[in-house]
Amino acid sequence: MFDVFEYTKPKRDVAVIGVGTTKFGELWDKGLKELVVEAGIKAVEDAGISGKQLQLLIGGNMSGGMFSGQEHIGALLADYLGLNNIPAIRTEAACASSSVALRIGYLAVASGLYDFVAIGGAEKMTDVYGSQATTTLAGAMDQETEAYFGTTFPGVYALIAKRHMHEYGTTREQLAMVAVKNHENALHNPIAHFQRKIGIDDVLKSPLVADPLRLLDCSPITDGASALILGPADTAKKHTDTPVYIKASAQASDTLSLIGRRNICTLDATVQAARRAYEQAGIQAKDIDFAEVHDCFTINEIIAYEDLGFCKKGEGGKLIEEGVTQLGGKIPVNPSGGLKAKGHPVGATGVAQIVEIVKQLGGEAGKRQVSGAEIGLAHNVGGSGATVCIHILGREK
Amino acid sequence: MNTGIVGYGAYIPRLRIKAEEIAKVWGADEESIKRLVGEKSVPEIDEDATTIAVEASRDAIQRAGINPEKIGAVYVGSESHPYAVKPTASIVAEAVGATPNLTAADLEFACKAGTAGFQAAMGLIEAGRIEYGLVIGADTSQGKPGDALEYTASAGAGAYVLGKKNLIAEIEDTFSFTTDTPDFWRRDGEEFPRHAGRFTGNPAYFRHVISCTKGMMEKLGLNVSDYDYFIFHEPNEKFPLTAAKILGIPKEKILPGLLVPYIGNTYSGNVPLGLAAVLDQAKPGERILATSYGSGAGSDSFSIVVKEGIEEKRKKARLVWDMIKDKVYIDYATYARIRKKIKGV
Amino acid sequence: MTEYAVPFHWRRFKERYLLIGSKCEKCKRYFYPGRAICPVCRRSGSLKDYRFSGKGKVFSYTIIHVPPKGFEAYAPYIIAIIELEEGCKVISQVVDCKPEDIKIGMPVRACFRKIREEDKSGLVLYGFKFRPD
Repeated sequence: MFDVFEYTKPKRDVAVIGVGTTKFGELWDKGLKELVVEAGIKAVEDAGISGKQLQLLIGGNMSGGMFSGQEHIGALLADYLGLNNIPAIRTEAACASSSVALRIGYLAVASGLYDFVAIGGAEKMTDVYGSQATTTLAGAMDQETEAYFGTTFPGVYALIAKRHMHEYGTTREQLAMVAVKNHENALHNPIAHFQRKIGIDDVLKSPLVADPLRLLDCSPITDGASALILGPADTAKKHTDTPVYIKASAQASDTLSLIGRRNICTLDATVQAARRAYEQAGIQAKDIDFAEVHDCFTINEIIAYEDLGFCKKGEGGKLIEEGVTQLGGKIPVNPSGGLKAKGHPVGATGVAQIVEIVKQLGGEAGKRQVSGAEIGLAHNVGGSGATVCIHILGREK
Repeated sequence: MNTGIVGYGAYIPRLRIKAEEIAKVWGADEESIKRLVGEKSVPEIDEDATTIAVEASRDAIQRAGINPEKIGAVYVGSESHPYAVKPTASIVAEAVGATPNLTAADLEFACKAGTAGFQAAMGLIEAGRIEYGLVIGADTSQGKPGDALEYTASAGAGAYVLGKKNLIAEIEDTFSFTTDTPDFWRRDGEEFPRHAGRFTGNPAYFRHVISCTKGMMEKLGLNVSDYDYFIFHEPNEKFPLTAAKILGIPKEKILPGLLVPYIGNTYSGNVPLGLAAVLDQAKPGERILATSYGSGAGSDSFSIVVKEGIEEKRKKARLVWDMIKDKVYIDYATYARIRKKIKGV
Repeated sequence: MTEYAVPFHWRRFKERYLLIGSKCEKCKRYFYPGRAICPVCRRSGSLKDYRFSGKGKVFSYTIIHVPPKGFEAYAPYIIAIIELEEGCKVISQVVDCKPEDIKIGMPVRACFRKIREEDKSGLVLYGFKFRPD
């Protein structure tokens, strides 16, 4: 195991004072900039601030370059949001791009150097044909040791799934339950990509992508953008009756390729980031009321249960089978529908998870409301676990 | 001391298609096709002349037990080099660890490109200019769909490390017979070869193979009874057996090197593989005469005496018959897909 | 698939043809791909090129049914994590094996195969794959 640095308290606490999101789906009539502007405006309006108060803009985006030929995303965001002249950055950590953006924004406000920071996440994935989208996503892998030989991104998670099933007896049905649950939850999420009930049989009969993973084990190709506004915790109540406080922000890395991992059935970066996050927040895993985790493929949600400490290693399959992570269960996971049913515009997902948590903590989640939600955890993974970024948010500071 | 074989290696792809399977598709008379060749080897979609040359070479070097950096020359003979311009030999040299201090080139002389490489390497070794030479005959040739050659054009490779020390077989001498006889050819840019029908028999194959074999024996003052094995290029089962009859060679001396009924005509791999099959069973002191044939046309003969030490080295790599027996049958549709005979593939 | 210029592939020929990685003489660990810095000893390590024997076991596998660009002709194919006998892992294809026959723990040995072609006029890319031993 690697060192866990001693936690240093920040200069001040940080709150999320506004959120906004587009619908997630195949949004043919919207390009990258339309998505970004829509989410950004909603967030600023929700925060009740003027755009002029924003001092820093950080956008997460995996590959504007390979999806739209567009780099220099920070500048694009600032320009089209009408925020010319403020510093604008793009962060990239594959599918964890915007949770990393949030982390940097958190550091900016917590340090006292910035008051109001806009955090966004966006991905426009349907302006390229399917095979190009697949190739672009494959950039999250190690090009030389994984992609060169014909591995695909689902292939990498399939290798993990096969080994997890071999070591712990996780079953195909248990993987399917993740997709079934998340589709059920998304029925109550108006922005979800899919609002369609599916059964275990539907998953097991869907076409094979990379054995044992089938089409319905895999999150879809989605367009979308989400945004949030950060401000100092002390003045948060000026902007919203239901401010949400960032109790922890942690990030860890692991080897880019699966071949260097200590144990491919555990995302060490999740374990590390979770440890740091729980320590920062002064809580334990059992204190988490609900979580938005990174179910890019069904196996990843099962492994997340284990690595976040919701259950022992190898018992993730049992946990979902026992209904613990259902909407009415002890720790609802992915009440939004997760990446599988809500959709996975890769750069947007990190922030989208926070948007859901904020809505839950504010009691605004409608039929998918987690009752008594006080503390929520967001778990965002880049690639096959080389970057993991975790945030814990709560209704109290 | 003469040059000889320090190590040898062979590679035959696992897939097979039966002649009757091909015949069914083209509506040909099954019985007569069956009499020519039983089945042939087909390379996998990720195999080509380069990959099979490397596999055979690695086995040859394994048997030779030498440091590959000591190889001073690599020659690859093929008529299905993946590039028209860019040598297979340099890829092979890199893939066996022989680079950078060596010479290399690709050779073409239809099915005798591999044995021409033998002679080139032998020259360098005997002149004392290199210590070891790696020579390979490898092919993954195609036949035009529906043509007679489609039944026999197959894939295989034989590789040899030649040198002067630690020989498992000594090459006593070599003899060649070459004329301009266009019995079979492929123009640049054309996908499939053409052949001259019945002209490929007497004026082509038989004239060169017989003349060359006779010439080899005369040069050494030997005759058929001095040899334990004869290996002739085998475009089909009939030709080498007929050549043997003409030369008065008993069938038993031909059969150990006769692989065509099981794997088809491996073109440049043909005599190198036949020789490897014989070396897999030959005893020290036995004498072998191998005669290749390349359309265009020419033959190279080699008179080889097996030495002590062959039994020990033989065990160190794959045997030809083990590879012949390790097979998976495919149907014509799979064959057409793998060999890219389907449009749009 | 983006066609990269020759050097992108060329500088990896040796390691991909011969399965060459690194060995740290200090901690005696093996690494694939080759590294400049030992992740354990860091700058106090001593890394030398090492050619692996090619022998190993299947650690995990999948069958790719939806291939990436450039691999359409080859699908479905087996991708596996192979644990080499030296202790480190590599990812590549397993060939000469039916998808229903592959098992975790199966012994395999490296072989030399074509990876893909950069279309009709580009380079042919080669590398190591594994076959049942």
